[in-house]
Amino acid sequence: MHSDPAAIQKSVRGYIMVFVMLMIFTVMTVAVARFHFAVPVAIAVALVIAGMKGTMVAAVFMHLNHERWWVYGTLMLTVVFFLVLLFLPVLTSLDGLGTGSPWLPLESRGR
Amino acid sequence: MNIPYTVEARPDTGLPNGKLGIWLFLASEVMLFGALFSSYILLRVGAAEWPSGELSVPLGTINTIILIGSSVTMVMAWASLKLNNWGRHRLYLGLTFLLALVFLVNKYFEYAEHLHLGEGPNHSTFLAIYFTLTGLHGLHILGGMVVMAYFLGPGAKMWKTEPEQFTNRIEYTGLYWHFVDLVWIFLFPVLYLL
Repeated sequence: MHSDPAAIQKSVRGYIMVFVMLMIFTVMTVAVARFHFAVPVAIAVALVIAGMKGTMVAAVFMHLNHERWWVYGTLMLTVVFFLVLLFLPVLTSLDGLGTGSPWLPLESRGR
Repeated sequence: MNIPYTVEARPDTGLPNGKLGIWLFLASEVMLFGALFSSYILLRVGAAEWPSGELSVPLGTINTIILIGSSVTMVMAWASLKLNNWGRHRLYLGLTFLLALVFLVNKYFEYAEHLHLGEGPNHSTFLAIYFTLTGLHGLHILGGMVVMAYFLGPGAKMWKTEPEQFTNRIEYTGLYWHFVDLVWIFLFPVLYLL
C-alpha cells in the first residue's frame, strides 16, 4: 500500500473521478428504467450497470486494484460459494417434483 | 501485551491482521446478503405476478446518491490521515456519519409511509422481501455509524499514541462502509426499478 503524499494525492483525484462516474451511472440506471424493456432485458441492463458501479467501488475505494493474493484468494472462494448460493435454489424448479407433472409417477407428484 | 501485526504486515500473508480479518468478515457478509438475494430470485421466479411502482424511485435515487457520497467521504477520511491532516480527517468522517444519518432518516420516512397505508411486510411477498433486505441493510448502516461514532469520540485518542494503527482501523472501517454501499448499489435497481 502506497504511503507517500504524491501517491495519495493521485489516489484522491481517482476517488473524485470515480464519484463522478458513479453519479453518471446512477442517472443512467434510473433513465434506462423508464424505457420499460422486457423483464429479462431490463434485468440484464440493470445488473450490468450495477456491476460496473460495484467494480469501481471495489477496485478504487476498497483498493482491490492493488491488493495481496490472500485477499484475492478469499474473494475468489467467496464468489464461487456466492454463485452456488444464488442459483442452487433455482435448480429446485427445474425438476417436476411436487408440480403434478403428468410425466412423473403418482408417488412423486405429492399425492 | 500488544497484539502483533496491527501495523506491520505478517510475513506469510503480507497483510496486517486487521485487513485480512475485515476481508474475511466481508466474505461472510456476502453470504448473508447473497442468501437474501437468492430468496428474492426464488420468490420472484415463482410468483405469478410481481408488483412494480410501489416504491418511490426519487427517494431511492436520493438515498443512492447519499450513500455513494458517504463512500467518497469515508475514503477521503482515510486519505486525510495518510496525508497527516487530522482536521480534514475529522471533517470527512463527520460528513460520512451525517450522510449515513440522513440515509436512515429517509428510510424512516419511507417505511412510515408504507406502514401508514397498511403496507407492512405481511401485506405481500414483495414487501416482505423489501423490508427484510432494506431492514438488514439499514441495521448494517447503523452498525457502521456506531463504529464511526467511536472513532469520532473516544477512539480518536489513538491517533496521538499509535497513528499508523489508527489509520489502519479507519481503513478497515472504510472497507466495511464501501461494502454496505456496494450492497445498496445492487438493492436499489433490484427493488425499485425492476
